[in-house]
Amino acid sequence: MQYVETKTILFSKPSDELTLKSGVKLGSISVVYETYGELNAQKSNAIMILHAFTGDAHAAFYHKGDDKPGWWDAMIGPGKAFDTNKYFVICSNVIGSCKGTTGPSSLNPQTGKPYGLGFPVITIQDMVTVQKKLLEHLGIAKLLSVAGGSMGGMQAVAWAVMYPEMLNSAIVIAACHRHTAQQIAFHEVGRQAVMADSDWMAGDYYGKAVPKRGLAVARMLGHITYMSWMSMEQKFGRKLVGKGELGYNFSKDFEVEGYLAHRGQSFVDRFDANSYLYLTKAMDYFDLTEGTRKLTEVFKNVKSDFLVISFTSDWLYPSPQSKEMVRALKANDVEVSYVELKSDYGHDAFLVEFDDQTRAITHYLAKVQRERASQ
Amino acid sequence: MIRLDYAIIADIIEPNAKVLDLGCGSGELLALLKEKKNCRGTGIEIDDKEVVNCLERGVSVAQGDIDSDLDVYEDNRFDYVVLNESLQQVMNIEKILDEALRIGKRVIVGIPNFCHTSARFQIFFGGQVPITESLPYKWYNTPNVRFLSLYDFEKFCAEKNIAIEKARYFTRGKEVSLFPNLLAHAGIFVLQKKLSK
Repeated sequence: MQYVETKTILFSKPSDELTLKSGVKLGSISVVYETYGELNAQKSNAIMILHAFTGDAHAAFYHKGDDKPGWWDAMIGPGKAFDTNKYFVICSNVIGSCKGTTGPSSLNPQTGKPYGLGFPVITIQDMVTVQKKLLEHLGIAKLLSVAGGSMGGMQAVAWAVMYPEMLNSAIVIAACHRHTAQQIAFHEVGRQAVMADSDWMAGDYYGKAVPKRGLAVARMLGHITYMSWMSMEQKFGRKLVGKGELGYNFSKDFEVEGYLAHRGQSFVDRFDANSYLYLTKAMDYFDLTEGTRKLTEVFKNVKSDFLVISFTSDWLYPSPQSKEMVRALKANDVEVSYVELKSDYGHDAFLVEFDDQTRAITHYLAKVQRERASQ
Repeated sequence: MIRLDYAIIADIIEPNAKVLDLGCGSGELLALLKEKKNCRGTGIEIDDKEVVNCLERGVSVAQGDIDSDLDVYEDNRFDYVVLNESLQQVMNIEKILDEALRIGKRVIVGIPNFCHTSARFQIFFGGQVPITESLPYKWYNTPNVRFLSLYDFEKFCAEKNIAIEKARYFTRGKEVSLFPNLLAHAGIFVLQKKLSK
């Protein structure tokens, strides 16, 4: 068993002040991150892993005393896709989250109280800006790769557009370059559920009752979008809970209802309702074309190679969205590989389907290292 | 042992050429071109398993359909566009060939010869659809949707105003120069757009 400790870096100098995409300035932020493997002498083997919506900096290995490893431990470690015998892997928690990096539940140094809705609205691009600060702090000028699924994939594409010189490659999994109306719509239902909870109190609930009910409903909805009808049918079908027959009332009859309730409940214990609002908003605002530019133009300055992966049953971030990026990259003569992997797990596939992802990524990274990073 | 068709194609293509392989399978040819000729190559392949095989070989590849994925490339993007053993498996041959000739300075086409002597014997005396070295499938499981001879292809090129710059024919691991339409199991053609007068 390999252990890792989460580290914290505080950016509090006046020169550290961030100008967010919205134009708002934000000073003094702390960022939590973990690293796995060793940085080589040329500093050419660093890979940044970018987590999804409710993820955190704990991507791999174990924390002392825990019985579960990090969220992508199957992909990161010795001999795994992101081989820590070869690569120096970094994962940090995004700004706006509630897992250690500054977000709406953090204390506002000016008031001494949690920010709540006083926290500025952040974007995917702002997450990337903070990650770049972390890299500078670590003394890394150029990454071998950035890689992530879902919201992590959005950050990876944003990285390639915002800091083209700093990347050799980007691995974009089950993601997109712009949120569609359907993706925004699901998020909006989740946000409305949170905000309709009377305990939400316009975001000022810290130290009081948290808006459990609303956040749980939001998560239930989210979970449905992360699965596929096949995976739900296989896992639950129409199986009944406990009693074995229909109750002819409004208690829980079906296993799938119990599962969603359980997922909603356990989420409330580990995630902050305001972070739910901020991060879904960040994804909804994500559109690299800014509504006006052509994607081929957006990718004009891309210098990195790309590996794009989608999954057949992912209807939340469906393959045509990945394909659109691939086409625009090709039009710019970017070296891009793309595979649509077969899976019944829906959007969750990137957290579940390790064999094919491992085969694709292992050799892809070896190629990038051989052809680009060794020069 | 390198497959003869791959060896011939690798022989034809100049060093450092930019190559697009349409229907690249597991990426064997592209890997060979990279190794022997230092080509910058990429492939399009429809089968996800083969795409992962390509990635395992370190070959750049995008899963997709050669019928609809070529429009993103500007004219003459590639030095060579290769359609080896794939043209006879597509419906829209004219459109794909047009696109290939637009985005590639040259196009290399490899096709099995449906009118090899052994095929003719099987049809004439056996009364059955032929099974040969280059056409190893049964009628019910063949991926081929177009059946043509080397002669048919040459005629087609003449009709479509496509110049055949070179042609090489082979059978059972050897090149053939005499009576290819009778004696060769397959042919490889190097094509170019004919300049209009």
